[in-house]
Amino acid sequence: MNKGIKASSDDIWKNRVDKVNAELFTLTYGSVVAQLVRDFKNDYQKVNQQLEKMGYNIGIRLVEDFLAKTGTGRCQSFKDTAEVVSKVGFKVFLNVTPQVTNWTSDGKTFSLILDENPLAEFVELPDDERAKKELWYSNVLTGVLKGALEMVQLEVDVNFVSDVLRGDDRTELRLQLIRFLKDEMPAGED
Amino acid sequence: MSYYLALIGTTDNPIYEAEMGTYRQGGDGVPKFSAEMKELNPFIVHAAIDIVEDVQWRSNSLYLKAVDEFYGYYISAFVTPGNIKFLLLHETKNDESIRQFFNDVNDLYVKTVLNPFYNVNDPITSAVFDLKVKQLGKKYL
Repeated sequence: MNKGIKASSDDIWKNRVDKVNAELFTLTYGSVVAQLVRDFKNDYQKVNQQLEKMGYNIGIRLVEDFLAKTGTGRCQSFKDTAEVVSKVGFKVFLNVTPQVTNWTSDGKTFSLILDENPLAEFVELPDDERAKKELWYSNVLTGVLKGALEMVQLEVDVNFVSDVLRGDDRTELRLQLIRFLKDEMPAGED
Repeated sequence: MSYYLALIGTTDNPIYEAEMGTYRQGGDGVPKFSAEMKELNPFIVHAAIDIVEDVQWRSNSLYLKAVDEFYGYYISAFVTPGNIKFLLLHETKNDESIRQFFNDVNDLYVKTVLNPFYNVNDPITSAVFDLKVKQLGKKYL
């Protein structure tokens, strides 16, 4: 099954996805973050929150496009979901496949290790001490994952635990399954 | 032999400076400017800015070779399309390797500008930039 996923997502990436110049993409995201930092006057906690919110709004839309493009069916388990997020989701939209590791024994929490992060190319965090401790530069990704998974009835908690931009040796996202949602109204609809 | 490199912003403000020594001919890479010269270096280099501004419009290339001379010290210049000036003070003429050095420093500078948290004319404080410039110095100078 894994081979099938990989081959078809390679194919989708090659033939069915519109590409954009990498520098344009990186700089666009970079100027969004830099502008938020200016707008919030270096309050990095708020920047993180805002990025997550923006990501959430991307995620709840993007998942429709994702399902239409890939025709992915329902996942049998959260382990399947992890594979699909990494090998199809990240592959199709960012052309990277993060490693899925560090499962907890209850199978509800895992890590995505991003060997390459297309969002953070060229970036060096401001050297004002706090940025390296507080800012999660690529925090939009946590929102995207949260939003997208929520639309397929998975409530998850997503957080960065390390980032090479902060001087850590790898970029790691932690996903925790909170619960399966029953058919409920999506948040914010009322 | 010793080298002094300065990057000058569009408003003639210095944004980066470094002293480097050569690794050629058994050099150890440590700059050997006298205490006096250390203080004079920025002056000599800044005095050359006027000449650079004259020469840059007469040349089609970014690299302007040695533009000025001061008691046996040469000043070579490179002007980026965005009008950032790279000035290098050196003791012997060696156009070709200095050209390669400037070109590679320019690549590093471009990467710095692409960093969303860097604004044009800000001082370059990145330790990575500093390290890489010194590696280039070791490679070419």
